[in-house]
Amino acid sequence: MNTAVTTPKVVVNNLNFFYGNYRALKDINLNIAEKMVTAFIGPSGCGKSTLLRTFNRMYQLYPKQRASGEIILDGANILDNKQDLNMLRAKVGMVFQKPTPFPMSIYDNIAFGVKLYEKLSRHEMDDRVEWALKKAALWTEVKDKLKQSGTGLSGGQQQRLCIARAIAVKPEVLLLDEPTSALDPISTAHIEKLIDELKEDFTIVIVTHNMQQAARVSDYTAYMYMGDLIEFGETSQMFTNPKRKETEDYITGRFG
Amino acid sequence: MSLFSLEARLQRQAILDVVFRGTTRIAAFFVLLLLLGIIGSLVLGSLPAIKAFGLGFLHSAEWDPVNEKFGAWVPIVGTLVTSGIALLIAIPVSFGIALFLTELSPRVLRRPLGVAIELLAGIPSIIYGMWGLFVFAPLFADTVEPWLTEHIGTWPYIGEFFVGPPMGIGIFTASLILSIMVIPFISSVMRDVFDVVPTLLKESAYGLGATTWEVMWKVVLPYTKVGVVGGIMLGLGRALGETMAVTFVIGNAHELSKSLLMPGNSISSALANEFTEAVGDLYTASLVELGLILFFITFVVLSIARYMLYRLGKREGQAS
Repeated sequence: MNTAVTTPKVVVNNLNFFYGNYRALKDINLNIAEKMVTAFIGPSGCGKSTLLRTFNRMYQLYPKQRASGEIILDGANILDNKQDLNMLRAKVGMVFQKPTPFPMSIYDNIAFGVKLYEKLSRHEMDDRVEWALKKAALWTEVKDKLKQSGTGLSGGQQQRLCIARAIAVKPEVLLLDEPTSALDPISTAHIEKLIDELKEDFTIVIVTHNMQQAARVSDYTAYMYMGDLIEFGETSQMFTNPKRKETEDYITGRFG
Repeated sequence: MSLFSLEARLQRQAILDVVFRGTTRIAAFFVLLLLLGIIGSLVLGSLPAIKAFGLGFLHSAEWDPVNEKFGAWVPIVGTLVTSGIALLIAIPVSFGIALFLTELSPRVLRRPLGVAIELLAGIPSIIYGMWGLFVFAPLFADTVEPWLTEHIGTWPYIGEFFVGPPMGIGIFTASLILSIMVIPFISSVMRDVFDVVPTLLKESAYGLGATTWEVMWKVVLPYTKVGVVGGIMLGLGRALGETMAVTFVIGNAHELSKSLLMPGNSISSALANEFTEAVGDLYTASLVELGLILFFITFVVLSIARYMLYRLGKREGQAS
């Protein structure tokens, strides 16, 4: 199954995940291709978001959640207790289901993450903010109101602001957890186009409940069900000629 | 037949409805009337003093019942200073409590600690006063105040606030007792507003690699600032009007002293102490005017608090 990916950025080996005693991920093995888009699809509760949240160890905020196995990022196991969480999160950025602009100006929203890691001069910070906003295709819309609150933007703009905020730190991997589930179709199209552009610089992992979206934006797709990875492969092959019956049932809408 | 009885029933209900509406309206207006009545009687009662001293009453530090010369400056300063210091101590402590309860505390501890803090708010103030006078004040006189005088008393500028005989009672002790009394109020409001911060917002900040402190200080606090300020104002309102506990430990001296260790007076403790022995119209009227001033100060503070909480509510309404 892993042979599909030639240059893996992230390698997942025998990953199990537990909410208390409940086993939410079962022996997951999977490679994430560098500078490509990998989509996780599957019905609600299948573990796709759980899997995503192990990549930056977000689960660690909650005492009853734990993971076992290995997630190798650039040769090091990030599940290792020696892994510094803040450094991990500098390398692995995340965007959430709903836009979550911080209660501060657009400029400060972008600068927030950068300031955690780097000491930039005013001028360098200006450049970085502009760079991130341009990357997130938001610059032309907000360049005249950088001092205004980020919460005043429209939903789609807020989500692009969150993407800009994540990439301003210059991560290597970008995790998108259903990034368009709270957005209208036009904003969704914006974000999807953006994902396509962003994969030049970043390794992207996206969780989506929308199969068409997975088909449109991803290079690789993983179909999950009840904590198992059912099938993983190139998106074009998965959607035209799935190997497993379960996958076919799901993507043709017969189930889920 | 049945139609007829239905009509009669509807009519009866309509009348009942009118009566019900009228009763609730009277009850609501009664509250307003009460408020106006209190203001009116305070103004009326203080008229002799207002006529005698005018605006000079506000900034005269004289309080001489024998010669009937009265000024409110000492109790006003005492009230504002004790409340101010109480807030200076209570705000960071409350922030720490709320932060611990919402972010750091293990789940099993959250409820008992939260309940304990709320119980602290329910202790009658006279008990705080007794405790302050019999336990806190001697402890202060023996240990804390000599230490303050010895170590901080020698510092330039702020040193002079901490010199004087260690009596245990005075402005500083009153401020500390007040801070203990308002901490439950401020921390429970802070905890409540921190609790409404969306998990995703916090996760976004954690996801960027922020520490718990950075998340609280730079994201949660700005997000909840209106509610936090509202909570602080509620605490301030309580501190300004607190009578019993302060009366026990403030020393009740109508003197203005730079040192916080010296006894002073607050509006409410002056009222509590002196009303029974006030002889003569002017003395009584001066005390009533003190009450009017306190009423005015707390009214302004609470209005600001209400307004801030109202604005928070409005913003939450928009967000959801």
